Amino acid sequence: MQWLNVIIQGVLVGGLYAMFAAGLALIFGVMRLVNIAHGDLIVLAAYLALVATDALGINPLTAILIVAPVMGAIGYGLQRGLLNRTLGDDVLPPLLVTFGLSIIIQNALLELFTADSRRLAAGAIEVESFPLVEGVSIGVLPLLQFVAAVAVIGALQVLFYRTALGRAFRATSDDPAVAQLMGLDNRHVFALAMALSLAVVAVAGVLLAIRTNFDPAIGPARLIFGFEAVIIGGLGSLWGTFAGGIILGVAQAIGAHINPGWQVLAGHLAFLIILALRPEGLFPKVQG
Amino acid sequence: MPEPLLEVRALDAHYQDFQALFGVSLEIAAGEVIAVIGANGAGKSTLLKSIAGVMRSRPDAIVFAGRPIGDWPAHAVVAQGIALVPEGRRLFPSLSVEENLLIGAQLRRPGPWNLKRVYDLFPILGERRRMPSTALSGGQQQMAAIGRALMSNPKLLLCDEISLGLAPIVIRDLCARLPSIVAEGSSVIVVEQDIVQALKAAKRVYCLQEGRVALTGLSTQLTREAVSAAYFGA
Amino acid sequence: MSVAAGAGLRAPFEVEHASRSSRIGSVALAIAFVALVAAPSFAGRDDLRLLSEIFSYIVLASLWNLLAGYAGLVSVGQQAYVGIGGYVLFAATILAGIHPLAAVPLAGIAGALLALPVAGLMFRLRGHYFAIGTWVVAEVFRLLASQLSALGGGSGISLPAGTVIAMAATRQWREFLIYWLSLALLLAVLGAIVLLLRSRYGLALTAIRDNEIAARSHGIDVWRVKLAIYVAAALGTSMMGALIFLQKLRISPDTAFSVNDWTAFVIFITVIGGIGRIEGPIIGTLVFFILRKTLADLGSLYLLMLGAVAIAVMLFAPKGIWGFVAGRFGWHLLPLERRLRLPADTSTK
Repeated sequence: MQWLNVIIQGVLVGGLYAMFAAGLALIFGVMRLVNIAHGDLIVLAAYLALVATDALGINPLTAILIVAPVMGAIGYGLQRGLLNRTLGDDVLPPLLVTFGLSIIIQNALLELFTADSRRLAAGAIEVESFPLVEGVSIGVLPLLQFVAAVAVIGALQVLFYRTALGRAFRATSDDPAVAQLMGLDNRHVFALAMALSLAVVAVAGVLLAIRTNFDPAIGPARLIFGFEAVIIGGLGSLWGTFAGGIILGVAQAIGAHINPGWQVLAGHLAFLIILALRPEGLFPKVQG
Repeated sequence: MPEPLLEVRALDAHYQDFQALFGVSLEIAAGEVIAVIGANGAGKSTLLKSIAGVMRSRPDAIVFAGRPIGDWPAHAVVAQGIALVPEGRRLFPSLSVEENLLIGAQLRRPGPWNLKRVYDLFPILGERRRMPSTALSGGQQQMAAIGRALMSNPKLLLCDEISLGLAPIVIRDLCARLPSIVAEGSSVIVVEQDIVQALKAAKRVYCLQEGRVALTGLSTQLTREAVSAAYFGA
Repeated sequence: MSVAAGAGLRAPFEVEHASRSSRIGSVALAIAFVALVAAPSFAGRDDLRLLSEIFSYIVLASLWNLLAGYAGLVSVGQQAYVGIGGYVLFAATILAGIHPLAAVPLAGIAGALLALPVAGLMFRLRGHYFAIGTWVVAEVFRLLASQLSALGGGSGISLPAGTVIAMAATRQWREFLIYWLSLALLLAVLGAIVLLLRSRYGLALTAIRDNEIAARSHGIDVWRVKLAIYVAAALGTSMMGALIFLQKLRISPDTAFSVNDWTAFVIFITVIGGIGRIEGPIIGTLVFFILRKTLADLGSLYLLMLGAVAIAVMLFAPKGIWGFVAGRFGWHLLPLERRLRLPADTSTK
């Protein structure tokens, strides 16, 4: 029974990791960019939610309605103003620019908010739980996070495969030059993709902030978890990324259960093992 | 000639240090089909790319419906009503046949072309609408590429070597549909290495040689010898 | 321009490496080297420590430059080897009683050996994913180090007094010793890089950097070359890590495997100085230390500005300071050009 509990907790937190990963995968799919500042942007969203809840006295979950559009706007501006210039064949410029961005965001947050640990209070929902079977109970908040992850990934799937915008994303990703011939302005399409990615980041950031303590330095670890989930799941499939997040969450939960100090390490080892045995990931999209 | 739909005026084009076009001029009126022929490397694709905005030029080097658009980017040129069927078809592999057509209509320009009309013109596409575009044969892909361009309801359709890699019967099939396209209100510039089909389809012909217009005239009035000389150089 | 060995050139040809500016540069560097060797006789302790720090950053940046600028391997995880070098040194001296000076090359070898399986895994990733993957590997080593209770676990450990004395009898001579060792390692690493780039291996590297597919089609075993460079960089980085922590006398997982100290600064130095040129890291390190001196009091604002400067350089002057200057004037500090010299009586077109 204990193991069932462990696995369930791992699955639930895996949903959060899947959201970290979805934002990353989206960007890489559309414009072959890996945003090293991704984790720090998750933390930025958490701090924005902090400011919003303090200033407006609202519940963090409500704050998502403010933070998501703000992050989306930041994403659009960031891509259009800065990151579009780094795109091209060379892998160095986007890597180095987003790395520099990561350092800038971390230190700006440090200056503004100090290194103190913070947490968002969501009220009673934080501790509520309900029993599933004998000896196993599920926290309402973790379940909510999981459901949110499913909803977000489901929504992204619908967006990508059933809307004109999604067609535009996929076409621009396939062939940016010919996409222009369809009337698509690449700069705008890429900026929209980044805006979408950061909106997802916003949801993930707020949920993270309710769940654990956060401070300006925790960004890189979130990037790494998202990245590991993408690689485990396999490139090119959003539900594969979701599965990758779940597997990572479960691996970490098992590691933590054996020894609390091994939680993160267990996740890394799972990632390295998958990389060694099946480098294309567990559910890669097979291109026709 | 009445006010031309498109005027190309002394167009130059460069690829870094290499000059591909030298002072090329041409005209096309509404409802016309013209052909641009020439050997490999003569500059035909470069000409189309310049018109479509993929390559930028002097503003007044390309005048469309009275507007100088030479320095406009491709996505803005499409919005004006010029659609390019690129060399090599270049359908989007991640999209199905129907999605490829739909993305052609991204700009929602008003006009007669829609999915049903395109499927009427190319019934095989209708049969295969849900398949990935990569599952089509070469000729079918070419139809899809033309259909995709038509979905933007262009006033001017640019066809870059649509006969390349296709069997003669397929090429004849494609060319047979040109009149329907013109009847719906588009002018067409056909770029070809295959002289025979080009001369059949087009009323007027321009022959490019090493970036310059070597010959132009009504296709019925040009002799084989004149065309050969212009094509290959004396 | 290719070195067409035997393909149509019948008369023997020579390859010239030096140019006027590189001759001046070489002389200048030689003079500087002599001055640096003699430094302990006139420089104070703080200055010697500063110089050691400068040397260590030039070494780390030069090795990162070799990986990223020449072999196309952009690693954000070289801190793994700095930490491995430090920890192997501490383990060797504390747990196995090995003399600290002997432990330095041992640390290098350990790093090189560990680099083999790491490369085996990491080379399955490309571009950005390779970069983050190397970061994950560094994190794994950091977490493993914090599990080693024999070496202080998460809080780290200090070098015992006995080991410290074993280096040299007085504090002053220990300082001198570490200073000279750092200088020696700097010379060895720079010398090795120059020799490598002048060799055929170096030509292969330049080919790979410019066009990997074309290089492969010419028979260059790209994978092997990259592996060799990766292992060599690990060797140098681990030895430098060992020396760095020998000087600090104390190690902990967070300092040993710090992304900021051993990767962020190194990347900024190389980008600002000029990627893909051997002089870049040298110039970049000097600029970095000048900036640090002038902006020392700003704390995290300093890092913030550094990030902004790196972004600006990447966008507007991607070849860095040296790339810009040398490109403009055709300078070379070190003799690394290749010019073909044919005897006068060869009749070729």
